[in-house]
Amino acid sequence: MSTITAARPPAPGSGAPAPAPVPTWTSRLRWGVADTLTITKRNLIAYTRIPEALFFSTMQPIMFVLLFRYVFGGAIPIQHLTYINYLMAGIFVQSVAFGGIGAAVGLSDDLQKGLIERFRALPMARSAVLAGRTTADLVRNVFVVLLMTGVGAAVGFTFPTGPVDFIASAALVLLFSYALLWGFAFIGLVAPNSETAQVMAFPILFPLVFASPAFVQTSKMPAWLGRFANDQPVGAMINATRALMVGPRAGLGSTGDHVVTALLWCAGFLVVLVPLAVWRYRRTA
Amino acid sequence: MTTSTPAIEAHDLHKTFGGKVRALAGVSFAVEEGTIFGLLGPNGAGKTTAVRILTTILRPDAGTGRVLGHDVVEHADRVRTLIGLAGQYAAVDENLTGRENLSMVGRLNHLATGVVRPRVVELLAQFGLTDAGDRTLKTYSGGMRRRLDVAAALVARPPVLFLDEPTSGLDPQSRMDLWAMIEQLVVEGTTVLLTTQYLEEADRLASRLVVVDRGHVIAEGTAAELKADLGATVLDVGLVDPDTARRAAEILRTVAHTSPTVTGTMIELPVDDGPHAAMEALRLLDQHALVPTTFRLREPSLDDVFLALTGQPAEADGAGPEDTTTDPGRRRRRAGADRSAARGGAS
Repeated sequence: MSTITAARPPAPGSGAPAPAPVPTWTSRLRWGVADTLTITKRNLIAYTRIPEALFFSTMQPIMFVLLFRYVFGGAIPIQHLTYINYLMAGIFVQSVAFGGIGAAVGLSDDLQKGLIERFRALPMARSAVLAGRTTADLVRNVFVVLLMTGVGAAVGFTFPTGPVDFIASAALVLLFSYALLWGFAFIGLVAPNSETAQVMAFPILFPLVFASPAFVQTSKMPAWLGRFANDQPVGAMINATRALMVGPRAGLGSTGDHVVTALLWCAGFLVVLVPLAVWRYRRTA
Repeated sequence: MTTSTPAIEAHDLHKTFGGKVRALAGVSFAVEEGTIFGLLGPNGAGKTTAVRILTTILRPDAGTGRVLGHDVVEHADRVRTLIGLAGQYAAVDENLTGRENLSMVGRLNHLATGVVRPRVVELLAQFGLTDAGDRTLKTYSGGMRRRLDVAAALVARPPVLFLDEPTSGLDPQSRMDLWAMIEQLVVEGTTVLLTTQYLEEADRLASRLVVVDRGHVIAEGTAAELKADLGATVLDVGLVDPDTARRAAEILRTVAHTSPTVTGTMIELPVDDGPHAAMEALRLLDQHALVPTTFRLREPSLDDVFLALTGQPAEADGAGPEDTTTDPGRRRRRAGADRSAARGGAS
């Protein structure tokens, strides 16, 4: 049988793929972007196909706003500020930080189900799986930030510094979330399954989000904890965001200094976490 | 294409996981263009590792792989444009619809939108998924997912197709449907490398086979050649109980071409000259006052070949190491595959 089949007719049906041209630097870049968008779209569609997960994961930050605004807020006096004006910066950073867990879960799931394996055998850009994952979750965080802005306004946030500084604060939060997403991607790649990815991410985030100026002023904490709360990355992000959102009344001193510190943290995270996730992704082959 | 270049070539492939488990210990074979080639072996034989190397997913420790003349390590990007892969677990996105899954694979193959859309419609029809095309895969049965997985491998019309245990865990009807589709592809000129534990599948589809066991090729040839090696005919003799069957097997040893195998109350005797052996066997049984409950001559199946090849006493110390499962990073992803493999067994 093997001797009569040497002359192969054109590939099945019509329109066989033309031999791939030698990829140039620009075509690689173009396909890298196109493939990243394809994977991003796929991840975003997946979010909409589990509306329950989307609903409850967005309910959580809304409930935090309501909880602190109405239940705890009255018992937490903040100098020179209403509690909701103080709270918003903490809620922004907290929402995008916890929201990133979805990236770890999704990537771990793809690995477990053999999808990454299929991607590896396709002529797609190698970078697109991770870039598409983090881009999709960045888009999701844009949605979360918009939602939190609406909820904040509804319960009394007054935008004391005006639209430009507010948008700058939102952009800073999103930049931080993007840097953080590469860390979540790494967790998703090392976790043995998606359930574990979820529980691995939580204890790393929890102390950073709550031992911070997110919900209470650090001056009320023990001195050592207060120092940690202000200097750790999530705390630094909250201080910068708050300085932009409510201005000098936050009592934080120079807004510019805080923003520079926050930007340095973001850059540091990206410099460490992007190569770490990429290294792990290559090794998972 | 010239006749001298095989569509797929594996040359002396070696792969060891975690520095300990040898999945491949020098596997070589060549696949002619436009044929179905069967890679046969028990669970853990190294079949999947060979496929993962030839589809550029894994690098070999030593040896070379080529697809249509392109080295799978040096020119992995080129190879990826020439191959389609359907895995043993259906590697499809269950949150997407069938149509979205196929479109995504088309776009990641860098096909133009105008090409992808009609191609997806065509594939959905071809695989009987038109009605289910706009439903998410969560609503699909196992057979439908598997068909979509194969369809996804075909979106870019690859000239070379790798099917890694494509029918494991499928019901008989779905399996036969998939076989018919694979045969049709080959008629149209596709080269197929198929791994399977189902001998029936290899017998039905593959024009050439290699049998791998513990990372080594232990037999190679056409299904007919492999069967011929074993003996022209198999004599099945059934007795009333297993003890009697074992006793009868001892008595009938002289009739058999190789050692008889006893499974429960059944004895299988590979014989050279069927009618003569049958007369001799009946005479021996009569001498010992044994009356068979079943007595039948038949052509040997690949199961017989497989048993003869892999069931040698020297190697019969249990199953070999799991294919790739000792690599910690891989273990979890193989769990489902191992389950279905265990279900299939090597018989």
